[in-house]
Amino acid sequence: MRKYILKRIFLSVIIFFFVMLIIYTLMRCLPTSYIESVARQKSMQPNSKSYEEWMEQLTAMYNMDKGILAGFFGWLGDFFRGNFGDSWFYTVPVIEEFHDTVWLSFVMGLIAFFFELIIAIPLGIIAATKQYSRTDYTISIIALAGISLPTFFFASLLKLLFSVKLGWFDLFGLVGRNYEQLTAWGKFLDKSHHLVLPIVTLVVISIGSLMRYTRTNMLEVLNADYIRTARAKGLSERKVIYHHAFRNTLIPLVTIIGGSLPGLFSGALITETLYSIPGIGYASYHAMVSGDIPFSMFYLAFLAILTLLGNLIADILYAVVDPRVRIA
Amino acid sequence: MPYMKAGKTDDEVFEENKQASQQHAEDFPKPKKTKREKLVEDDHAPLIYDPQYILMVNRLKKYFPIKGGMISKTVGHVKAVDGVSFNLKRGTTMGLVGESGCGKTTLGRVILRLSGEKTAGQVLFNGQEVYDLSPKEMRAMRTKMQIIFQDPFSSLSPRLPVGEIIGEAVREHGIVSSAEFDDYIDGVMDNCGLQPFHKDRYPHEFSGGQRQRICIARALALNPEFVVCDEPVSALDVSIQAQIINLLRELQEKYKLTYLFISHDLSVVEHISDSVGVMYLGNLVEYGSTENIFSRPLHPYTEALFSAIPVPDPDAKMNRIILKGSIPSPANPPKGCKFHTRCEKCMEICKYAAPEWTEVEQGHFCACHLYNDAAADQRAAQAMEAAKREGVAPEKEEEAL
Repeated sequence: MRKYILKRIFLSVIIFFFVMLIIYTLMRCLPTSYIESVARQKSMQPNSKSYEEWMEQLTAMYNMDKGILAGFFGWLGDFFRGNFGDSWFYTVPVIEEFHDTVWLSFVMGLIAFFFELIIAIPLGIIAATKQYSRTDYTISIIALAGISLPTFFFASLLKLLFSVKLGWFDLFGLVGRNYEQLTAWGKFLDKSHHLVLPIVTLVVISIGSLMRYTRTNMLEVLNADYIRTARAKGLSERKVIYHHAFRNTLIPLVTIIGGSLPGLFSGALITETLYSIPGIGYASYHAMVSGDIPFSMFYLAFLAILTLLGNLIADILYAVVDPRVRIA
Repeated sequence: MPYMKAGKTDDEVFEENKQASQQHAEDFPKPKKTKREKLVEDDHAPLIYDPQYILMVNRLKKYFPIKGGMISKTVGHVKAVDGVSFNLKRGTTMGLVGESGCGKTTLGRVILRLSGEKTAGQVLFNGQEVYDLSPKEMRAMRTKMQIIFQDPFSSLSPRLPVGEIIGEAVREHGIVSSAEFDDYIDGVMDNCGLQPFHKDRYPHEFSGGQRQRICIARALALNPEFVVCDEPVSALDVSIQAQIINLLRELQEKYKLTYLFISHDLSVVEHISDSVGVMYLGNLVEYGSTENIFSRPLHPYTEALFSAIPVPDPDAKMNRIILKGSIPSPANPPKGCKFHTRCEKCMEICKYAAPEWTEVEQGHFCACHLYNDAAADQRAAQAMEAAKREGVAPEKEEEAL
């Protein structure tokens, strides 16, 4: 087992290297250059140096005068030494901005994840046990709608209904206008109130796939011979479904759920941006459109590590929950 | 008092009202019978329970609907079991043979009520109609009637250790007290040739033969009277087959079990059975003692089937009857006798009239027009005339490939 994990980690490092090489190249080739826009602004000021002179000075200042490969290895070395640099756009150290935003995203993701599980898994089981019934079709159609709706469209619908028509929630933002006057408890309630719509959005767009996954796996198990054995034993239907069938459905479920755990930290770029929630997704969106290379690189490296970690966790969990899989 | 009329009691007035309402009901046309009801005729005469038989099956039918079209309506039925009758004596073994897809396995499952509801007919287990039981009573009844499945690899839950597979239902039904539980499971496992230390292992750690022993132990742990063995050895190699067959026989003697032994291996059936039923396309075509059936097969299908048994003598002249074509679709079986499309001795009458289930010799039943007595011949001729008048076309000869 240890040998297997070590091998996987080694492989992950190699994958990480190439992923970051590609991302760095892309970042450097982006047409939005932060340096250019700063140089343009400075050169427009009265009695200023020319644009070319500013460019030269700023490029050297921001360490962008090297080639892509040299720049990449410089970045990689700094990254592994724990020196993530300063964000150009936020003008604070990258790690500080990251620390300020990631926990909000994590809390949001965790709550959404929790609701996703308690809604999607029971629905999937119900749909599978009543296959081809009206209940099954209704659940499947809702799930399909959830998968198919683009986030921005669904979020706009929610805003139209609950913010514009009903006026229950603010259109965007994490805090209300009188936030500063509230007590600590009031501040907490205010934030929670503002998080309702973003979390609803996250839950609705994500339950579909998990529900369908549960249903498919449950159906496969329910048609297995050992379920007939369990019925022949004279066990109650409840026991057949929850003790025998669901236990076997858990193997693939735990695997993908475990694999998606690191994803809780990655934030929700579209949802956070639509609702202007200052989470990590929102922060990285602004960094990216303004061409903030240090922050974007850090965020994308973080995502790459989370994804690799998720896959590793999924594989290890697979061995833990399934007695047939024993990785040597 | 509403029912008070001059000189009449309440009951008389009540009776009068009832008759009047019946007359009114006749004025209105009754709703037409739906197609579904027509397709499935429940033509069994109720059986009288005979205590020497543990299992009595009477004109049992199981049709599976074929869904089709946009709104998945039923467009037809697969007649997997189409009117099967037999009685099984306590403590004996009945072999059930037939081609693949003839409904053997379905029959076994329908008898145990493992395949949804029956379509028509009766299944009396110890005189009790199995399909009349409530879910709770049915669960209790399951301890008395068990099944060993064909595939020992897929019929054991991969997530449960062997001890739990065997013991779960024992605990669930409270067959032994919790103090005796461990010893009881050890005893059952020992009977089936398993070691006590196997209890904590998972099914995937065993070989096919051992897994089938687990299946047998699981069935027997519930202390059943009747076990359906659904091709229990066909997934095993020959050396293991003999072990499992002998184990089944030992256990039968020890616990006075009754077996319904489903198999397509005729030599295995001959070895283990007291009586044999031959199935073709959802029907039992012949039923009798093993001795009678193997020495004097009556039905042409049985003859053809038994002529395929290899004889261990190189000089023996094999007289194999090769059946033409393949088994017809059970969704649209041939009219008349279902076997007539492939029968060597097919007569005109076979194409129109279904043969009756008759007792040709003492305890030897067969459904074939060859063995009709005069009265049956007459009935068949009438049926043929009726079919011809209705314009039932005889089945086309199957084209040779």
